[in-house]
Amino acid sequence: MVSFAGNKRYCPYNMFNKVILPILYCFLGMGGILFFSISISSAREYDYINVSNPFLKKTPIAVTEFKAFNGHDTEVKEGKTARYILKEALDFTGYLKTMNSVAFLSNPAESGIQLGQINFRDWTGIGAELLITGGIIENQGKVTLKLRLFDTFKTKLLVGKVYTGSRSQIRQMIHLFCSEISYKLTGRGGVFNSKIAFVSTVKGKKEIFTCDFDGQNIQQITSHKSISLSPSWSSDRKWLAYVSYARGNPQIFIKNLKENRGAIVNYKGMNISPDWMPGQLKLAAALSFSGDQEIYLLTVKGKIIKRITKSWGIDVSPKFSPDGKKIVFTSKRTGTPQIYIKDLESERVQRLTFKGFNNTSAAWSPDGRKIAYVGIEKNNIDIFVINIDSGVPVQLTMNAGDNEDPSWSPDGSMLTFTSTREGGIPRIFVMTVSGTDQRRLLRLKGKQTQPDWSMSKN
Amino acid sequence: MKNRAWINLVMVVLVAGLFLTVSCAKKTVVSDATTIEDQAKAEADAKVKAAADAKAEAARIAQQNLEDQMASEKALKEAKVMAARKRFENQDIHFEYDSSELSSMSKMVLKEKAAWLKTNYSVVVTIEGHCDERGTTEYNLALGERRASTAKSYLINLGVAASRLDTISYGEEQPKDSGKTESAYRENRRDHFVID
Repeated sequence: MVSFAGNKRYCPYNMFNKVILPILYCFLGMGGILFFSISISSAREYDYINVSNPFLKKTPIAVTEFKAFNGHDTEVKEGKTARYILKEALDFTGYLKTMNSVAFLSNPAESGIQLGQINFRDWTGIGAELLITGGIIENQGKVTLKLRLFDTFKTKLLVGKVYTGSRSQIRQMIHLFCSEISYKLTGRGGVFNSKIAFVSTVKGKKEIFTCDFDGQNIQQITSHKSISLSPSWSSDRKWLAYVSYARGNPQIFIKNLKENRGAIVNYKGMNISPDWMPGQLKLAAALSFSGDQEIYLLTVKGKIIKRITKSWGIDVSPKFSPDGKKIVFTSKRTGTPQIYIKDLESERVQRLTFKGFNNTSAAWSPDGRKIAYVGIEKNNIDIFVINIDSGVPVQLTMNAGDNEDPSWSPDGSMLTFTSTREGGIPRIFVMTVSGTDQRRLLRLKGKQTQPDWSMSKN
Repeated sequence: MKNRAWINLVMVVLVAGLFLTVSCAKKTVVSDATTIEDQAKAEADAKVKAAADAKAEAARIAQQNLEDQMASEKALKEAKVMAARKRFENQDIHFEYDSSELSSMSKMVLKEKAAWLKTNYSVVVTIEGHCDERGTTEYNLALGERRASTAKSYLINLGVAASRLDTISYGEEQPKDSGKTESAYRENRRDHFVID
């Protein structure tokens, strides 16, 4: 419950009663007096929605029909499209549940979408804790969207925004509004303008692709017709690093996505598992030119800044902490692959996983407190999240194929991963950090693996 | 007179008959002698020729046999060389799960490979390290590399020049058997040897 600290917004009674109190009682029952005091102080600052909370219940949200101000056909049609995109995006979060409009008692599209025009009892009466009204003006391809988020119990406007753009930008406008909603409800911008890079087969060859957070706008980035692996976004999203066999041995390709420039890390042996340092154009990667696999810090041009690990045996898959001061990585130094954390300044190394004999592929949560990783036990390959302080792992996938490659959403509310649960073929899935709402992200031919979730665009 | 004429006629006929008979008999005898003489010569000639021919043929056959034998020996030798080469390329060494240690079986195979490499001193080899699909992509790349380099070190210790041995890891990217059984996994945990 310590995780509540740090958020600056308040908690409405409904949320407090529904979520916080039962948890507090639960801890009280266990004699957790210390927890109680911490929780109270944290609870005061607690947000509408804490995306890290494993006891999270979905908040019901009503999204009304969009009011078509001019009322012509195109406007009505685009209004429907906008509402559909909005509902899809809200449901994607895993912490909101859009309500079925059959239950609605009033229609703000007719009676008015502004604060004074809404009868909130119509909404609290059907259990909607949040309400979104929308209006659309379409004029010769130019679209204006008027969007409002209300707290129905406090009868209060939480977010009100007007967006203008072309008809093709409706999706973008809706996602901007969703980021505003997310920021208001969770204190974070959410996933709505983030991207996911991944590996997909094209005619049997692995290439790098990207898509939007929701699996839309798929783009092929590489055409090496070789084996390409392990894409990694720079935190400004302008660069993508990945591994390819295009030139023989596995080398790291550092590619600027906008400009035609980049570099190749091609030391002798193996050049694999790149990860960008947050906020900097530096990478960590595993290289084996010395005859032993070690993790190095590299410039954007592929020059070695320094060697990070100094231990015989496999050291691989580095991932930076959000502050860039530590790395988490996989090492076989004690005989089995386990997850370790190394402080880059003090050079202190800490072993994180002690349960199981095969723990790999770590990823650091954006809040810095948790590590997601892959654990293998008796041929079951599953995703776990471990709290760094407590060292207690929680299993998120179970009895559903092989699950690998966890990567955090930029707001830390979700994880994307690879699963073979559908027909034994690896596909990209998403889930909340509590392991709920596991669903397939992409409908694409071939095999998809190694998703890497980008930061949100600022 | 008439009687004398008959006698003369008879005489003529007899004398003519005698002459005819004599000439015929004589001619036949002469003719036979000539034939025998010619035939004998021809036969003798033919014998000589046949003998020569037979000798030539025998020599030719012997030559042919020799050539055939040499060719087949060469082919056999080549086949043996080829078989040894194929054996070198096709015989993988296998590993335990999450291990890059050489089993005693693997060491035997590597000794054979070292011997072959010493005979075929101009050959350069790439050792490919492979893994089963369990374990994550990047870890398996690392594990595959260790499998390849373990075999390389072993071959170097057996006297093969390091410069003739390259390594590459394909991790779990190129399974030999795409099944999800223990035997498929065992088959996939391997070092494969490719002649450059």
